[in-house]
Amino acid sequence: MYKKRRTLILLLSLCLMLLVAVGCAGGKNNTAADGNGGNDPGPAPVNNEGGSQPEEVTITFMHLWPEGISAGQNRIVNQIISEYESLNPHVTIKPDVLENEQYKNKLKILSTSNELPDVGVTWAAGFLAPYVEGELFTPLDDLLDSGLRDKFVAGTTEAYAIDGKTYALPLEFNIAPIYYNKAIFEQYELEVPKTYAEFKQIVETLTSNGIAPIALGNKDRWTGSLWYMYLADRYAGQETLAKAILGEASFMDEGLLQAAREVQALVDSEAFVRGFNGLSNEEAKSEFLNSTAAMYLMGSWDLPNFTTNTDIPQEFRDSVGFFKFPVVEGGKGDIDSWVGGPGVGLFVAENSPVKEEAKKFVQFFIEKWGEQSVTGAGVIPATKVDTSSLDLPQLYLDLFNEMNNASSITLFADVQMDPAAAEVHLTQIQALFGKAVTPEEFSAAHDEAVQIEEVPEE
Amino acid sequence: MDRVMSNKWVIAAYVLPALLLILVVVYIPIILTGYFGLHEWNGIGAMKFIGLEQYKTLIQDGKFWDSALHSFLLAVFSTLSLILYMIVAMVLASRIKGANTFRKIYLIPMLLSSVAIAQLWLKVYHPTNGILNSLLVSLGVPNPPAWLSDSSIVLYAIFIPILWQYAGFYILIYYAALKNIPETLIEAARIDGANALQIAWKIKLPLVMEVFKVTIVLAVIGSLKYFDLIYIMTGGGPNGASEVMASYMYRIAFNIYDFGYASAVGFFLLVISLVATFIIRKLTATKEKIEYA
Repeated sequence: MYKKRRTLILLLSLCLMLLVAVGCAGGKNNTAADGNGGNDPGPAPVNNEGGSQPEEVTITFMHLWPEGISAGQNRIVNQIISEYESLNPHVTIKPDVLENEQYKNKLKILSTSNELPDVGVTWAAGFLAPYVEGELFTPLDDLLDSGLRDKFVAGTTEAYAIDGKTYALPLEFNIAPIYYNKAIFEQYELEVPKTYAEFKQIVETLTSNGIAPIALGNKDRWTGSLWYMYLADRYAGQETLAKAILGEASFMDEGLLQAAREVQALVDSEAFVRGFNGLSNEEAKSEFLNSTAAMYLMGSWDLPNFTTNTDIPQEFRDSVGFFKFPVVEGGKGDIDSWVGGPGVGLFVAENSPVKEEAKKFVQFFIEKWGEQSVTGAGVIPATKVDTSSLDLPQLYLDLFNEMNNASSITLFADVQMDPAAAEVHLTQIQALFGKAVTPEEFSAAHDEAVQIEEVPEE
Repeated sequence: MDRVMSNKWVIAAYVLPALLLILVVVYIPIILTGYFGLHEWNGIGAMKFIGLEQYKTLIQDGKFWDSALHSFLLAVFSTLSLILYMIVAMVLASRIKGANTFRKIYLIPMLLSSVAIAQLWLKVYHPTNGILNSLLVSLGVPNPPAWLSDSSIVLYAIFIPILWQYAGFYILIYYAALKNIPETLIEAARIDGANALQIAWKIKLPLVMEVFKVTIVLAVIGSLKYFDLIYIMTGGGPNGASEVMASYMYRIAFNIYDFGYASAVGFFLLVISLVATFIIRKLTATKEKIEYA
């Protein structure tokens, strides 16, 4: 009996050792396969010019377009990567894909241990600043100077510049319209609102019929910020809002206070889906996609879901329209003023061991992304594209034209502010929507947050 | 064998690898955290020594104390629910039909990761399509609460999955301890005419008391440093209503890039946990130790 047990234990431990050994070997095989670049099974050096074989390079590339959420962008990214790899057989691009919020977190964690990917995605202005101060991103001006500058829509690269140096190259340019469900609007005989009073009338009609008027996932907080920013823009005017965000004007401005009051009035009239403060943006979006909510204020990056994304039923996509945030009677804002700005951009890590190769890849990516993102994903790129020759969804073209007619575009507040002030802004937004603060307290907290940040610079 | 084991070099050889590992992975980071807490540091750039400033700010930080209160409430609820777990374990440990099946059912949440549990309960709590509110509506409640966005109930709503998550763990510990009690003791009591309640109260409970005390410490410390489920389900919101110390620390470190202050919070969290352990130990110390006769 005793002996039997000992053999059993021996056998078990042997099995375990075998497992471990196999696991290790498997891991090695995988990495070896990765190193080969995957797409050229033949001898690698054949394609090289001049006979000298460039060193094998692996570029790590972290991005935020997972297949499940951003199918179009994901496909394009993979296309560009494989295209680049086949043109440069010695280069392997190793993508690392995360969803938006997770991406932000991982980037921060990696930055604290100085292990950023060679190429990654970043946001503009305030988001970028700590990374630049920490010398984690490398300036990309040489790329711009070598001919890339002309390709960008004027004014898009500025948001990524600090002290005259550009630290990332933008991929998208976004504005945020209110998308609406035409089928629901028809059912209740509603017209696209021109004024805020009409808009409130629509909200009332929808709530009285048991339809949630607006899908809002305010757990993510920047979603609520869009609503506040538009109201602020329409009441106080673009100039006042932009100045307040920069700390050059007070949030105690009557127009800005009125905007905060109006947010709470919307909450009181049950304009937003139930429990919006506990819902993530993805959860709220699904209410719009399922036609249980009629309107959805979101950036143009969501256009693919309403045009080309085949995962979403054609019937629904056909019934999506958009309108501009309505104007307020007596307000200072005009209807062609937008909230938006450059979306994400690509950076190259300062301490990347393959910096030059990474830069080349970024240049290639930017050039390819421009045309492909328009047709393949319906993304509005930051580079100039001639849309006249392309067969594009009407919704896309309409929004594209609106963007060209914009009188002003205010950059998203949380992107523009530095991290500490942005955190105050976002917390206060959630509190304002949750009616935990008064509009006066909301404005006062903003003034304090934005002005504290002014002190070290003086 | 004994001779070998009393050789100093052998002792060192056996103890050192684990000791080194625990020093590098646990104790040095603790010391470093305390050290970072003395600095102004954004996690990326240069550090600036400012002494105890961060800790002074911490003492006056109302938001921190709110989150500490929430952590404390969680600790209280966890400790109270231990009583419930003990009752369940006692029922399971007595010879009832299907005890094994029940034990497995209770244990299954333990096998799920916090992320999976969070996703699961997000579905349960969904304000319109969630299982819970659908049920309430079908039972005739016209306006069931939006569990995760109502700041007055979100904290308690989020405690439930946490307590549910760990139920199996504690029940299993109690079950094992109860099964360890010699059957003869209970047999003897039964012959003397004790009923089931008396046996549970006078015999079983005193005999598993030591285990119970350990679980109190585990539950309190676990609650004080609790993070993952809350972070995923509410992110501490809305408006800080479900913020606990650990999620507050995370917010400061990764949303505001104030690593110095976050380190101070982290170090303070450790101190609070140590103090809590000490107090519980003092409170639950018994002079005479009850053992199997």
